[in-house]
Amino acid sequence: MLTRRIIPCLDVDRGRVVKGVSFLNLRDAGDPAVLAAFYDREGADELVLLDITASAEARDIMVEVVRRVADQVFIPFTVGGGLRAPEDVRRMLEAGADKISLNTSAIEDPQLVERSARRFGNQCIVVAIDAKAVTSGVRPASAEGTVALDQASRWEVYSHGGRRPTGMDAVKWARRATELGAGEVLLTSMNADGHQEGYDLALTRAVAQAVSVPVIASGGAGTLEHLRQALVEGEADAALAASIFHYGTYSIAQAKTYLARHGVPVRPTAGVSV
Amino acid sequence: MGKELVIVDYQAGNLRSVVRALEAVGAHPSITSDPDEVRQARAVVLPGQGACDSAMVALEASQLTSAVKQVIQSGRPFLGVCLGLQLLLDFTEEGNVPCLGIFPGRVRRLPPGLKVPHMGWNQVHVVKDHPVLRDIPQDSYFYFVHSYYADPEDSSLVAGTTSYGVSFCAAVAHDRLVATQFHPEKSGPAGLQIYRNFVAYAKED
Repeated sequence: MLTRRIIPCLDVDRGRVVKGVSFLNLRDAGDPAVLAAFYDREGADELVLLDITASAEARDIMVEVVRRVADQVFIPFTVGGGLRAPEDVRRMLEAGADKISLNTSAIEDPQLVERSARRFGNQCIVVAIDAKAVTSGVRPASAEGTVALDQASRWEVYSHGGRRPTGMDAVKWARRATELGAGEVLLTSMNADGHQEGYDLALTRAVAQAVSVPVIASGGAGTLEHLRQALVEGEADAALAASIFHYGTYSIAQAKTYLARHGVPVRPTAGVSV
Repeated sequence: MGKELVIVDYQAGNLRSVVRALEAVGAHPSITSDPDEVRQARAVVLPGQGACDSAMVALEASQLTSAVKQVIQSGRPFLGVCLGLQLLLDFTEEGNVPCLGIFPGRVRRLPPGLKVPHMGWNQVHVVKDHPVLRDIPQDSYFYFVHSYYADPEDSSLVAGTTSYGVSFCAAVAHDRLVATQFHPEKSGPAGLQIYRNFVAYAKED
């Protein structure tokens, strides 16, 4: 049976992991390759490396990081952040990334998704969506008709690391992105992110039901029950988390043990008991 | 004298992870797009990602089609990965093009109603003994990412099956050829065991 995936996410700034991982007895827990290898050994099903470096000049550092991660890790990993052109995509894939994720660049240039998917295959193109609940009324439609917010919209897409509202409906954009060729959707709830009070289950379920490709839920994990909720009530195919793993609140094995005991299919790895 | 172990490079996806996995188990693979080097190799790995129809076009454009066929027909150790399995059949429904035709059968789209690609870790039930598939616990998990699957006519070729809407062929084994739909290079220790077995097998004679 296809199992649900548990995916730790590493934020990388100028080649170093942001948000310390001090509890781990690692040689250099700020080194993305060391940390990625650690999570591989721990039984993570996949990894996401998000380049949050502000300057484009520092992009070469990330290529080198990806190369070093690929040397040590024998599970799939996705690289995102700042990829703007098919050439950026090609460099990351050649450096050893299995998938790349497009966020702002996909919003600004949807053809980038289409061209990249055609050239490299749908399976390696992830569209990342930062979504925020629509609070009061609907702003004038600024987006293309098919993805614009309407009266029924519940979540708006934000670009530029969550700083800019786009006028796009998150569910419609997810559907459109997969029509363009995205093979997976990485969905982050901006409302839930950072609060550790659980994923936005309504958002996750709405997107999971709207698209025919896998959906990774992101933002809000604070407990193992939150992971279960995202995968069951939220109908996500994978759950991404950062803090609960990085700060040692839970190990990957504990997460998988909990999920397995609650009937969620997971890949049993070292230390998982059912 | 030919190279020991070559990975066929026909510009269809990234080979780095396959190289690293082979190196991790002690091999020293060469990457080549030279048909003669493929013909002369002692053992050959055929990887492949993306779409089967464009992979077939790329293989032909690189003039590697006949070299790959010859290697297989000569009975040398051969490992196909992902598209490296699908390409072995007669025909793919992905773009409706002919493939290498080593084995009768078609490459079919996964049935509707499921999330496609079939992406993630799923179990492989081994149904046929082969040295390359040894020392792997029954029903181990491997990493899959594909939208089409190989459906060989001769069911005796099938070495492993996986369920995703249908029970499909996750691996074939025939003589000294093994090919997998999943990615052993992305499947942690179980996957590395397949490369370890293949490298050991390729050294036997």
